[in-house]
Amino acid sequence: MGQQIRLEVVTPTGAKVNEDVDIVNAPGVGGDFGVLANHAPFLSTIKIGTLTYENGNKRESLMVSGGFCEVSNNKITFLVESAERGTEIDVERAMKAKERAEKRLSQAAQQTEGFNRKRAEVALQRALVRLKVAKKI
Amino acid sequence: MASLKDVKTKITGVKKTAQITKAMNMVAASKLRGAQDKMESFRPYTAKFDDAMSNLSSGANTNAFPLMEEREVKAVELVVVTSDRGLCGSFNANIVKLVNKKIAAYEAEGKTVSLVCVGKKGHQLLKRTGKVRKSYLDTMGNFQMFNAREIATDLTQEFLTGNCDKIEVIYGEFKSVARQIPAASSFLPVQPVQAEQEVEQKISGDYIYEPSTEEIMDVLQPLYLNVVIYHTMLEVGACEHAARMTAMDNATTACKDIVTNLTVVYNKARQAAVTNELMDIVGGAEALK
Repeated sequence: MGQQIRLEVVTPTGAKVNEDVDIVNAPGVGGDFGVLANHAPFLSTIKIGTLTYENGNKRESLMVSGGFCEVSNNKITFLVESAERGTEIDVERAMKAKERAEKRLSQAAQQTEGFNRKRAEVALQRALVRLKVAKKI
Repeated sequence: MASLKDVKTKITGVKKTAQITKAMNMVAASKLRGAQDKMESFRPYTAKFDDAMSNLSSGANTNAFPLMEEREVKAVELVVVTSDRGLCGSFNANIVKLVNKKIAAYEAEGKTVSLVCVGKKGHQLLKRTGKVRKSYLDTMGNFQMFNAREIATDLTQEFLTGNCDKIEVIYGEFKSVARQIPAASSFLPVQPVQAEQEVEQKISGDYIYEPSTEEIMDVLQPLYLNVVIYHTMLEVGACEHAARMTAMDNATTACKDIVTNLTVVYNKARQAAVTNELMDIVGGAEALK
């Protein structure tokens, strides 16, 4: 086995992941990126999406929303508002959130209130990613 | 003097109250533990966030960000974070007292003040001022990050549209289980976080930023505000339970005192009654002779 990098995922409710992994794939704002061992110091913001990491043959996916990640000293730290494994996702709730957001979006299309529209878009995105990650198990 | 029966009912009543307050004390104690755990697990998150914020903002031009813009202050908004429920001593009253003091101070300077209440108690105590713009009720019991996000987004919007030039948060600071003090901290505009040491800045200079520092700041600042609100809500939650614990403990002790006093009264009344009866009997026997 080659060199590994320490992955830490920290959320407001505590650390979610803390282990050595081979590779981390994360949804950066400027596009997805992968991080291997001994990466140069790096700081990027994270958008709502799927974070995957591999450890040997094991491959895990997490749903992450809004935050940033920092790479330094062969350690990658994610600070995100929420991180959920596929098994932890409440599919029903996500479905409901999706419907609600879609409804709001179709209403917002008639109005021109940008703020509410943006909020609904973000909510929809979050729901979609949750469903995607939940399906992967 | 109260009759025997009256005193007896009173004693049972007070004893029952003591049972309730004791139970509430224990419930508050276990809830406090939960709240403290929550605070504990949140600490690494805030610590990291502060680090990153200070790294980023040390080199940045503060006026370039709309959220950091220092304007001439005409309107101030105070965010009052209190508990949803009472029976926790003077905890909420103290916070409201600080709020009233702040309002008076700002209005003396000719600024307008509006209020946002998080938690029912603050809303109840402050609605008469007519300054409450918005209230978030019944969130303190079981709140999550998204509750904090909702509040923070609304406040940010208010600041960006220029409805207020300064936002402060007033909450209860959790010093220890026995001590909670009302505190105020500035919320918007975002204060640049000072790096603790120069050495840290040197390290941060080597980072690759993606996208640029400015864009990262644009994303991080709203998140940072969520964190601040969430943090105050956590603190107030812990304070509430700690304050209730002390209050209920005091109430239980007070109940016990009352019971002791009432028992003395009861015994005196009982003895008086016995003496009276004896005198009646003796008097009756005397009359028959």
